[in-house]
Amino acid sequence: METILKVDNINVYYGSIHAIKGVSFQVEKGEIVTLIGANGAGKSTTLNTISGLLRSKTGSVSFMGEELSRIAPHKIVAKGLALVPEGRRVFLQMTTQENLEMGAYTQSGKPAESDLEMVYQQFPRLKERRKQVAGTLSGGEQQMLAMGRALMSHPQLLMLDEPSMGLAPILVEQIFEIIQSLHKSGTTILLVEQNAQAALSIADRGYVLETGKIVTTGIGKELLESPAIKKAYLGG
Amino acid sequence: MAYFKKLGKTARRNYLTYGLVILAFVILQVMMGSLSSSLKGMLVPICAYVVMAVSLNLTVGILGELSLGHAGFMSVGAFMGVVAAASLQEIIPFAPVRLAISMVVGAAFAAVAGFLIGIPVLRLKGDYLAIVTLAFGEIIKTIFTNLYVGLDGSGLHMSLLEDKTDLAEGGKLIIAGPMGMGGIQKISTFSAGFVLVMVTLLIVFNLVKSRDGRAIMAIRDNRIAAESIGINITKYKMIAFVTSAALAGAAGTLFAMNYSTIVATKFDFNTSILVLVFVVLGGLGNMLGSIIAAAVLTILPEALRQFADYRMLVYAIVLILVMLATNNPTLRAYLDRFKNKFRRRNSKKEAV
Repeated sequence: METILKVDNINVYYGSIHAIKGVSFQVEKGEIVTLIGANGAGKSTTLNTISGLLRSKTGSVSFMGEELSRIAPHKIVAKGLALVPEGRRVFLQMTTQENLEMGAYTQSGKPAESDLEMVYQQFPRLKERRKQVAGTLSGGEQQMLAMGRALMSHPQLLMLDEPSMGLAPILVEQIFEIIQSLHKSGTTILLVEQNAQAALSIADRGYVLETGKIVTTGIGKELLESPAIKKAYLGG
Repeated sequence: MAYFKKLGKTARRNYLTYGLVILAFVILQVMMGSLSSSLKGMLVPICAYVVMAVSLNLTVGILGELSLGHAGFMSVGAFMGVVAAASLQEIIPFAPVRLAISMVVGAAFAAVAGFLIGIPVLRLKGDYLAIVTLAFGEIIKTIFTNLYVGLDGSGLHMSLLEDKTDLAEGGKLIIAGPMGMGGIQKISTFSAGFVLVMVTLLIVFNLVKSRDGRAIMAIRDNRIAAESIGINITKYKMIAFVTSAALAGAAGTLFAMNYSTIVATKFDFNTSILVLVFVVLGGLGNMLGSIIAAAVLTILPEALRQFADYRMLVYAIVLILVMLATNNPTLRAYLDRFKNKFRRRNSKKEAV
């Protein structure tokens, strides 16, 4: 299998705080890989480092064989690595469609109709809300919009930062169904989640982060069964 | 009419703005004979302040960063523009061309100043950015209060703190430190001001509706989301900031060439705040609002002269009343109802 993302021994600091301590992992083409862990374990920090918003002091991040650690964030997106940031960051004053069109920013020329159609097919709800200003969408719809926007850049790898955060259980279920359907249509996914149960049940492989270190790794379903994981994250 | 129907809301608004500015210019030109001399004298400063307000609105309303040093760029444009005009006096005798070139020089220097100050400033956010731009305005004021620039047969001479320009026979001091600039040729005209306002609107509207403009507004709306879709934050912030600075520079040149003497303290913190008031009162991101606010608030202090000592008090009260009125929900609802009625009547007409 082809390795699409390889993170090798990264160390990230916030001032004097050592947030990520020698984390290494990789994502193969066509996989869903999940990083799970409690608050402050360093999940979002890891994603932000991969997308270039934070820099690692040591080690390397390589994407399809290319070293990313010295490349500016906006160029990383153009290379096909898209991040859906935590907390549904949509452009509140633009309409749904304009938000999606902004997602194609790194593509030259006009955003292709076929791309919009592809996103609307994945998210029929967004099509209904096409002309609506994004600020008036519900939380779940905004999350879908943020995901759809990221798809507009034709990502090789889609990184999702806590897509289930602050959503009602039924919506969480929907979001996870969408992630699976995106995966089926060929997108490689790196999923960061606090909702370990849901994340592990759809993931091929999982990594467990604790205070900046990877403590366990394994096949998604196996981790779900593991007693240590059950005790720490799944409530017994 | 059908053509206008097809245009987007923003485009229609932009054309309305162009139209109203042209209309105002034509009306004022026709009425020129019957205008009072004090109002006539204010036409050029109004144009300069309109350009200041529209350009600051680009930084504050479109980019979403608070700048308190806009007068600093105006100052750079004023001083450099006057130096350019004085140097070119023999070479280009035709005043309008000399003025145009001086404005370009003033704008270029202001753009460079904007770029240099932009490098550290645009890394900052919110309050910090405001504080640094405020400091920038004060630094510029201090520099021009202590700068001596003279012109003689051998070219330009310049010194700081004291006059060491040592001019040859027939030379003259253009910038005389704290005395500012004297003996400026008053070549600014209302027509030149009008052209500058139109050029400014053209630049700002086209920037805002372009791909770059979309990126700038995306940064304002949500910085993290903008970064996540691959927008180069520093580049687009810089584009907005430098454009805004350059336009302020051109306005500075226009403003300075309307007076025979100008001192650096004219472009102080108060002027920056005054321009910011135009922008806030006119509405963030609303260029037509900025134009109206700049024009009305420049005339208002003059119109209030009859209140003598209480002039600034009345000015402040008017400002507060306008703010209250425009934010009053009852009044707004009333205005909206009026607008809707108007719109419905229009669409009925179309239907018939």
